Formats: sequence, C-alpha cells, structure tokens
Amino acid sequence: MRGNIYLYILVMAGVTYLIRLIPLIFMRKEIRNVYLKSFLYYVPYVTLAVMTFPAILSATANLWSALAGFGTALILAYRGGSLFKVSIMACLSVFIVELMV
Amino acid sequence: MSNKIIPWKNGIKDGIPIALGYFAVSFTFGIVAKKAGLTPFQAVFMSAFNLTSAGQFGALALIGTSATYLEMALTQLIINLRYCLMSCSLSQKFEAGAGWPHRFMVAFGVTDEIFGVSVCKEGKLNPFYNYGLMSVSIAGWMLGTFCGVVSGEILPARIISALSVALYGMFIAVIVPPAKGNKLLTGIIISSMLLSLLFAQLPILSQISQGFKIIILTVAIAGIAALLFPVKEAAHEG
Repeated sequence: MRGNIYLYILVMAGVTYLIRLIPLIFMRKEIRNVYLKSFLYYVPYVTLAVMTFPAILSATANLWSALAGFGTALILAYRGGSLFKVSIMACLSVFIVELMV
Repeated sequence: MSNKIIPWKNGIKDGIPIALGYFAVSFTFGIVAKKAGLTPFQAVFMSAFNLTSAGQFGALALIGTSATYLEMALTQLIINLRYCLMSCSLSQKFEAGAGWPHRFMVAFGVTDEIFGVSVCKEGKLNPFYNYGLMSVSIAGWMLGTFCGVVSGEILPARIISALSVALYGMFIAVIVPPAKGNKLLTGIIISSMLLSLLFAQLPILSQISQGFKIIILTVAIAGIAALLFPVKEAAHEG
C-alpha cells in the first residue's frame, strides 16, 4: 500500500458526495437529453454485471461453491427475491456446497 | 414540530429493512477491508463517509493495487454515476419549503435503497423522512462494517467464504429483475459479463487494472447501447 489511506477515502468521499449533491443543487428540471438519459440508465446494469462476472467465480473457496452461489442468486433474483433474501441465500448455498465438497 | 418528528419516525420505520440488508453487506465489506489491510477505524470511517457498496469494494481493490488518486476518483465517478440521475429525480420531489441546507444533507444519503424508498413515497418529499431513513441505514452500514472487521478473524473460514458472495448476490438481485422479460437489458447484461470475462482472460487486456476495466467497459457498452437503443421513459432502477 503506497498511497495514504485517508487521502484515498477523502478522494472517494468527495467525488461520491459531489455526484449526489450537484444535481440536487443545480438541476431542478428533468434531463431532456435522450442520449445522456439512456447512458445513465444503462450504466448500473453494465457496471454491476462487469463487477459480478467473472469475479464471483473466484470469490469463494472453490469453483463449485461459487457456481452454486451464482446459480442460486440468478434463480432467486429472477423470481423477484429481495436484495437481502437473494444475498443471504447465495451465501447459504455456498456454505452448504462447501460442507459437501 | 410534528411535521418534522412524524416524517422522521416514518423514515426510521421504513429504514429498518434497509439497515438489515446493509448490515449483511457491510459485514462482508468489513472482512474484505481487513484483508486489504485497513484498521477497524479506517474501514468504519470509509463506510461513514461513502455509503456506496460497489464504490467501497472497488476502492479496496484499488487500494490493494496501489492505484493512483486519479484512478480512484474516476472509478468512483463511473461506479456512482447513477446517483446523479437519482439526485435529479429527488430534487423534483422536494417540498417547496426544503431549502439549501436540506439539499446538502439529503445528498449525503442518496443510495440505491434510500432513493428507491423515498422516491416511491406518495406526494412531496419531506427531508426529515430521508433523515429517518438515513439514521438507521447508516447506523446499520457502519455497525456491519465494524463487526466485519473485528470478527472476520473469529468466524470460521467457511462462513467467510460463504459471505464473500453476498455482494455479488445483491448485484444480481439489482440487475436481474428489471431484465426479466426485457431482451435488450438481458442482452446488455450478458454482453457485459462476457466482455468482462474476455478482459480477464486475454493477455494484454488482463493487465488493465480492475478500476479502469470497469470504466472502459461501462463507458463503451452503456455508450453504444444508448446510441443504438435510446430510452424513451425515465427509469430509476439502480
């Protein structure tokens, strides 16, 4: 770790706060630009998908438990499970598979 | 007084499920933070001032690889850009009387979950309702972080391994339901995952840091998708 940890935290806190604050202060009207609106709409899906896969495959003790967790999360999320439920059940399936393997 | 206390209490009540979910996720964050070399104070400090699960996990990855401060700033900008759209829509939901100080304080707590709950509330938004949501959910977020850092070592390896998928499970729970029955979103999510896999495997591309990989793929894929498939209706899923 070369950088200063508190400087890292202040940089990220500053950037994140400004992203949240600027629209609340300056943008009273709805965004009309269709391209910008569409881009912002797609951002979370792309970012979260990129961060999830393939990282999830190496997150646990072995590939099989990771696949179990991934599969469980996909199925439960598809059925409309809450963030909490999907998250906990994915953990539980990893735990169970690692007990067996 | 009652137009402050009552919305605040309602916010606390609605914030409890958020706090429980946050505890589970931030507990994992605490464990990873400890692995990344952060002290309990540093981890809780980060949680208290950022309130962004994806952003904080991303930050740990960057700190672990001794990233530059510019990389850190750009990664947070890209990961958290969605808060911009949320704040836009929140700003129009405010009561007329909600002045500048309220905007500065509500901005601090614009997360996927707090936004989701507060923007779906009927009628105009009283900032004290947001303060109620923030009171419990920020407490849950910080407490989970603290417990994760200090008890990560005590918990057996099996539990840590199991909890390591909590965040990914949450991400999947965020992106899959809106994609259900939506071929376009499904296609975008699958393309993103495949390109991410490609970036992780190909010789030169795998040298790119995780932070810039997220930036490059997000700007490219979301940028192209916005060009090819412009969205007509405003959507707030995050």
